Amino acid sequence: MTEFALRDLTRILKSCAGVDDAVDLDGPVADTAFEDLGYDSLALFELVGRVRREYGVELPDEAVAEMATPRAAVDYIARHLEPVGDKR
Amino acid sequence: MADLVFTGIGVVAPTGSTAEEHWASVLKGQSGITRISRFDASGYPVRYAGQVVDPRVAQAVPGRLAPQTDRWTHLALVAADEALRDADVDPKAVPEYEMAVVTSSSSGGTEFGQREIERLWRDGPDHVGAYQSIAWFYAATTGQLSIRHGMRGPCAVLAAEQAGGLDVLDHARRLTRSGCRLVLTGGTDASLSPYGLVAQLPTGLLSTVDDGAYRPFDVAASGHLPGEGGAILVAEEASAARDRGHDRPYGVLRGHAAGFDPPPGSNRPPVLERVLRAALSDAGVWPSEVDVVFADAQGTPAADLAEARAIGAVFGAHGVPVTAPKTLTGRLYGGGAALDVATALMSLRYGVVPHTAGVERPVPAYDLDLVLDRPRERPVRTAVVLARGYGGFTSAVVLGAA
Repeated sequence: MTEFALRDLTRILKSCAGVDDAVDLDGPVADTAFEDLGYDSLALFELVGRVRREYGVELPDEAVAEMATPRAAVDYIARHLEPVGDKR
Repeated sequence: MADLVFTGIGVVAPTGSTAEEHWASVLKGQSGITRISRFDASGYPVRYAGQVVDPRVAQAVPGRLAPQTDRWTHLALVAADEALRDADVDPKAVPEYEMAVVTSSSSGGTEFGQREIERLWRDGPDHVGAYQSIAWFYAATTGQLSIRHGMRGPCAVLAAEQAGGLDVLDHARRLTRSGCRLVLTGGTDASLSPYGLVAQLPTGLLSTVDDGAYRPFDVAASGHLPGEGGAILVAEEASAARDRGHDRPYGVLRGHAAGFDPPPGSNRPPVLERVLRAALSDAGVWPSEVDVVFADAQGTPAADLAEARAIGAVFGAHGVPVTAPKTLTGRLYGGGAALDVATALMSLRYGVVPHTAGVERPVPAYDLDLVLDRPRERPVRTAVVLARGYGGFTSAVVLGAA
């Protein structure tokens, strides 16, 4: 089963949306609101797009609404990566 | 009537990554035009360009903005930081709705757009990044500068090719006359991707001579070369600058005029002479008071002749020093005239008319006092900058010592 952890999220964010000069994305940011980390909704759409492509997973655009913090985003994405139905 | 004064200059150009570096290159006649290295241009008819290759520029782009904006915005972000430092202004100390941003752009985000179009066709629509929605369009630079510096007054972008870099100054002046204290203005362009370069070819105005030549007013004039970069300026309403303790601006906008050429085949003359006279009239300046003309210098024989005629008609034969430092950068389109204004403001400050490097055999019949070989030291109190954008855009500004 594919895993998705905070480090995967920060890696993708760094590459697709950059990092605010005042933010240390490798620090304790899991429960900091994306807004306070300098990421707007476009950054999250870009994140969702990258995860879709890289992990081949179906994520709706509405996923962005479920992602207030990095932890919430990781949980949401990890949930969708889990095998569903009788795939296994 | 409120005057518009220039208090800060930021330059990112093939000639340097700061205003001082640019000015030093201009005085040395040191060209930033090289073989195109940003992509393999060996199969293209134009193989030389003025490129910004200084790695410090990429490092200076804010980390959050780098992936979501085009290169032309990157160059403006870096230049704007310098301009604000140079003006010694803290945007947080100025009422946010009394600061405006007005930039010039000719190509928009072509390089970003090309990358996303490649993804679209190669990999499919899912692979097009979300930032394409905001990175490509002409107002992106203005918008990012506005957000970054908290400037929430009236914001605009002007797309008038090379003439846009002058028209923004008149727009800025209008804004200060209606209550803005400060306008971040000027412009940049960066269109040196394959798509960006190909889009420039149909004008037929680019030099395909394979020696990096851009020799306006020369018997060997063969067209111009493209370049990237430009200048961002801090312009302020004169009393607002004084009120915050800034008492040494580079110069003041004395006058501006714009016009549009008649269509091809018309028997009416090009509009440049009329625009030049209108700008002088707007400034209340006689031709005899002008110390230097920064020429548009398109570099094709027909356009050079037309410009020489307009200058001669207004100033007389050999009537005013004429220069075109843009031979060191190529034409920067939306950023070109903004850079010429930056150079002219430094010319006012330092009392030096820079020379036109690379021109060796000026056409005698043009009757221009073209400043060649070396800079000419002389007091410069009034400078004219001319710009013609492809398609007929024509503008002139008159700058004066503050």
